[in-house]
Amino acid sequence: MKGTLSNVPIAKELDIVGARQTGRNIANDLGFSSVDQARIATAISELARNIYLYAKKGEITFQQVEGVAPVGLKIIAKDNGPGIKDISKSMIDGYSTSGGLGAGLPGVKRLMDDFDIMSSDEGTTIHVIKWLR
Amino acid sequence: MRIPILKLHEYLLISVQVDLDDQTAMQFQEDLLSKIHESGATGVVLDLTSVDIIDSFIAKVLGDVVSMADLMGAKVVFTGIQPAVSMTLIDIGIHLQDVPTALDLEQGLIKLRRELEEK
Repeated sequence: MKGTLSNVPIAKELDIVGARQTGRNIANDLGFSSVDQARIATAISELARNIYLYAKKGEITFQQVEGVAPVGLKIIAKDNGPGIKDISKSMIDGYSTSGGLGAGLPGVKRLMDDFDIMSSDEGTTIHVIKWLR
Repeated sequence: MRIPILKLHEYLLISVQVDLDDQTAMQFQEDLLSKIHESGATGVVLDLTSVDIIDSFIAKVLGDVVSMADLMGAKVVFTGIQPAVSMTLIDIGIHLQDVPTALDLEQGLIKLRRELEEK
């Protein structure tokens, strides 16, 4: 079992719940502990909400990867929205342009092991990985 | 989807049994405040035993409902937060420090009674 496991489009608010349930099931199948499953599901929820809130639509892709550990779950959150104006600010705890808690992106970074973000005025792509230990 | 709110003497009891989406959480906030208003309840126990994920948005909605109820004169206690949920919340930097919590429903009711007697 390698490569893309699932692809969840985000276009409405309920898709956030669908994406995190899909992610939790995949994490469970790959053998992640219940705490890591909660971390992964929460990270997906934050990423999917950002897509819905700022870009209206996009997609979340789940891939099984190999690297520093034999098994990792890679989650790609991609949208064609307006992009993040100031990435370094968006990574500061408590910073929010939407009246939220500002825990989203810095929270996702702490929940996962690897975190990569690319953003331009053509959209945003965030790659995160959790390694199975 | 609506979350049922039960009345027991001067308390309201809620057990969240669904995976909370944003809309359900917001609707619950509104429902709980109206129920406090119409019932005159002084205490609320919100049991989260069956909730296996709380992200930053849901945490904000739930945290806000505690402050809102407090303004109206009702105390809210959260009970049964799962270990994985508690670890995840701290990971994302949400401490919910102003929110009274208890291990389970029973402890929650004891805590409420004690806090309300102190007033």
